[in-house]
Amino acid sequence: MAAQEIDPTFLALPYHRLGHAALERARDFGVTHADFRFERNRYQHFSVRDGALEGAQDGEDLGFAVRVILDGAWGFASGVGLTESDAVTVAETAITVAQVAARMTTRPVQLAPEPVHHDATWISAYDVNPLEVPLAEKTGLFAGWTRELIAADGVDHATGNLLQVQENKYYADLAGSSITQQRVRIEPYLEVHGAHPSTGAFDSMRTIAPPVGQGWEYLDGGDTFDFDAERVELPGLLREKLAAPSVAAGTCDLVIHPSNLWLTIHESIGHATELDRALGYEASYAGTSFATYDKLGTLQYGSPVMHVTGDRTSAHGLATVGFDDEGVETQEWDIIRDGVLVGYQLDRPMAHTYGAALNGGRSNGCAYADSPGHIPIQRMANVSLQPAADGPDVDGLISQVERGLHIIGDKSWSIDMQRYNFQFTGQRAYAIADGQLAGQVRDFAYQATTTDFWGAMEAVGGPQTYELGGAMNCGKAQPGQVASVSHGAPSALFRDIRILNTSEEGTS
Amino acid sequence: MNVRPQRLVEHILDRSTSEHCIAIVSDSTSANLRWANNTLTTNGVMHSVDVTVIAFQGNGNASVSGSAATLDQVNALVDQAGAAAAVADAAEDRADLVEGQAAEDWEDGPADTSIQVFETFAEELGDAFGQAEAESRILYGFVFHEVSTTYLGSSTGLRLRHVQPTGHYGCTGKDAALTNSAWVGGATRDFADVSAARMAADLTTRLSWGERRIDLPAGRYDTVLPPSAVADMLVYAYWEAGARSAHDGQTVFSKPGGGTRIGEELVAPGIRLWSDPSYAGLETAPFVVAGASSDRSSVYDNGVPICPTSWIDRGRLTALHQTRHTAEMTGQPNTPAIDNLVLDIDGATGTEADLVGGLDDGLLLTCMWYIREVDPQTLLLTGLTRDGVYRVEGGEITGAVNNFRYNESPIDVLTRYTHASETVPSFSREWGEDFFSRTATPALRVPDFNMSSVSQAL
Repeated sequence: MAAQEIDPTFLALPYHRLGHAALERARDFGVTHADFRFERNRYQHFSVRDGALEGAQDGEDLGFAVRVILDGAWGFASGVGLTESDAVTVAETAITVAQVAARMTTRPVQLAPEPVHHDATWISAYDVNPLEVPLAEKTGLFAGWTRELIAADGVDHATGNLLQVQENKYYADLAGSSITQQRVRIEPYLEVHGAHPSTGAFDSMRTIAPPVGQGWEYLDGGDTFDFDAERVELPGLLREKLAAPSVAAGTCDLVIHPSNLWLTIHESIGHATELDRALGYEASYAGTSFATYDKLGTLQYGSPVMHVTGDRTSAHGLATVGFDDEGVETQEWDIIRDGVLVGYQLDRPMAHTYGAALNGGRSNGCAYADSPGHIPIQRMANVSLQPAADGPDVDGLISQVERGLHIIGDKSWSIDMQRYNFQFTGQRAYAIADGQLAGQVRDFAYQATTTDFWGAMEAVGGPQTYELGGAMNCGKAQPGQVASVSHGAPSALFRDIRILNTSEEGTS
Repeated sequence: MNVRPQRLVEHILDRSTSEHCIAIVSDSTSANLRWANNTLTTNGVMHSVDVTVIAFQGNGNASVSGSAATLDQVNALVDQAGAAAAVADAAEDRADLVEGQAAEDWEDGPADTSIQVFETFAEELGDAFGQAEAESRILYGFVFHEVSTTYLGSSTGLRLRHVQPTGHYGCTGKDAALTNSAWVGGATRDFADVSAARMAADLTTRLSWGERRIDLPAGRYDTVLPPSAVADMLVYAYWEAGARSAHDGQTVFSKPGGGTRIGEELVAPGIRLWSDPSYAGLETAPFVVAGASSDRSSVYDNGVPICPTSWIDRGRLTALHQTRHTAEMTGQPNTPAIDNLVLDIDGATGTEADLVGGLDDGLLLTCMWYIREVDPQTLLLTGLTRDGVYRVEGGEITGAVNNFRYNESPIDVLTRYTHASETVPSFSREWGEDFFSRTATPALRVPDFNMSSVSQAL
């Protein structure tokens, strides 16, 4: 990776002055805490269809927020002006909001301590900022790919899109921390569509290349994912899917590829071990968690081969950052060890109350706000299932299955508000018969309860099967916020999981 | 930066050196309160001024958006859009820009809101926390109010303004053991019609329904979907109603072998699904605002008037979301997507309570959650019931049942329902807060709603 520098156009913005003005104004009111966060997030998105550009948009979200604790109550306000007077006004609005909030705040807010990080800088690992690559070069490449794809036998239509983000943040607080950061991330995808020539049934096949914290090199000869090879395979995979038999509903074993398993981890472990959910903060929206705090150290989450970590530090992880949005230096920790719940994701208010037993009294750095206009809340770390050091490769897992499915790529997903009952589909599934792959099947979904499912995980693959998956559209909080997060996983073997035939579930 | 949005529009159009230019300036203020465990957790007041500059040059265009923090930044957006348009790929959806003139309200300033919009609500909420605490109930919820004023100007003379208030409230109540859960929520334009005291009282009533717990297995049940749950399912169907994806053979609205199903009988004959930007209480922009082109929007269509549109009429599919480009492609009138949705059913009378009263043995839902498409071919959706599934026996609610995962298609639901109430303003629990809050729907009774498995979630 080339050494990067913070974008000079961000450095030129007056955030130091605004921060100083806002924090000093907050200090006048006797706040117990005040922080100032200035952000500039740049986005570029385009879509192509059947060889032509469909639309492209560049976006920039620039602004700042002031958060205070006054009389034990939060006050938050944000604005977009770039003068010190604007900063003072927003600080005063935050004070007013805290005064209104105090009437309804029955338990005072306190923060876990964090060392002061003065004048710190952090930049994510990437080679080429995708926003600096000319748009026409990128749209030309993607449009060309869809043109190639529709020329293939069995492909009626091909679509593609690319989302690229450059996130710059400056954080400062009254304790003395001041942190400047820059991250880059990218999400490409291509999808082909076709219909069965005689039945007219239609279907699609999409790339499984995950979004990552990388630059344009991800699509241009990088060594983390062979996007070209995947693209070339799409038409054949679609043809096979359209011709495949419908799956038999019932119970069977599953060997799940990381490109599918990451999402199951995200929904049934990642969200379930967010302490704010376990404490009920999301009860009226995203939901709570069955993995409540009283079960720490005793809840048998899954089988003994299950080792799950949380981190905001892994290379190219979408949740990876140097410091979180409360000025906490990021870390890595265990969430599930030997199948038992041992950790949660924290922010500073929760770490004040619960952090002693979880992280030596300190937050593990999971506060994040998706824009300058939103308040930081606890968001997901990279939550990953660890491989077995001497575990088998995917063929070794498949060889242990008499009758089952090998599932690749994510598609439909849904889980209940306490993270018990889930249902997932995938891009494609192959029947397994007597330890061998036996061609694709259609119309599959797997449905399970979280602890039953992870309890049925008999084996995890070795490090050679480990891949990073992830999403850039994880939703939580009110007002709604979107976060990006990665999940690493090996391929893994699950016994006796319920399979639905989705065409039988409908009644048309 | 203290520049009036209209001046910002004129500044952008003046500065642009492209053949044509569109400027969209949106001034938004919002306020929110969020609570959990009978105490406030987060809150905020936000103000933003967002600018989108769309430059048109030759066969191409470029759209660039940003925050209008300084005039320099706005200038940079204009210059960036102009430069990008000059080298942009040809746009498939290119068309003449809409011509027009200044609307009567063009010179009016942006409307706004503040934390004070919750003044009465907040006081009642504080009391509700005290009462809930004393009576061993726990409240969790959120209120949000936003006023957004959009100014759309073009080099072809358009000067259009629209003020969009959006508000909603929602509160979940639980018993102290966290085994009984209920929800109430709704949409509002100004919070004048929202009472925290009434909200808390409704939750108390619903929690009393759940004091008796009944476990039921997965299966098909005679089920009353309240207006909120009907909106949960229909909003998804509405999002799938793009003409281009239907034309390309990718949705339930696609005709096997090619083309759309417009003109075909789709659901029961009494169904009318429609949108109207002037529908009382659900008013929304009467002209197209498109920041970027996609399979269902076109930057060239900015300013196209939006008329009331029936998507389904007398059970037949009559229209899909179009741009002028897709309208030509599909040989249909241009019927742009509209930001509200109404389901009317011929001959429907009475209320949700009347449907419950007529149900001998079945279920009453509260709302749905985590709805996702399983099969685009049938628009099979999966999701969960949430915060109150009630057992109905002899027309009476007799207790609360465990939650379920369902697998159902809204198209099938609109075909198989046996009873419908009158249409009322509704609020989708799943989609209302972040995406689509303006709905009016009836309650529907579906005789064999497919509860695929039991969810242990409480």
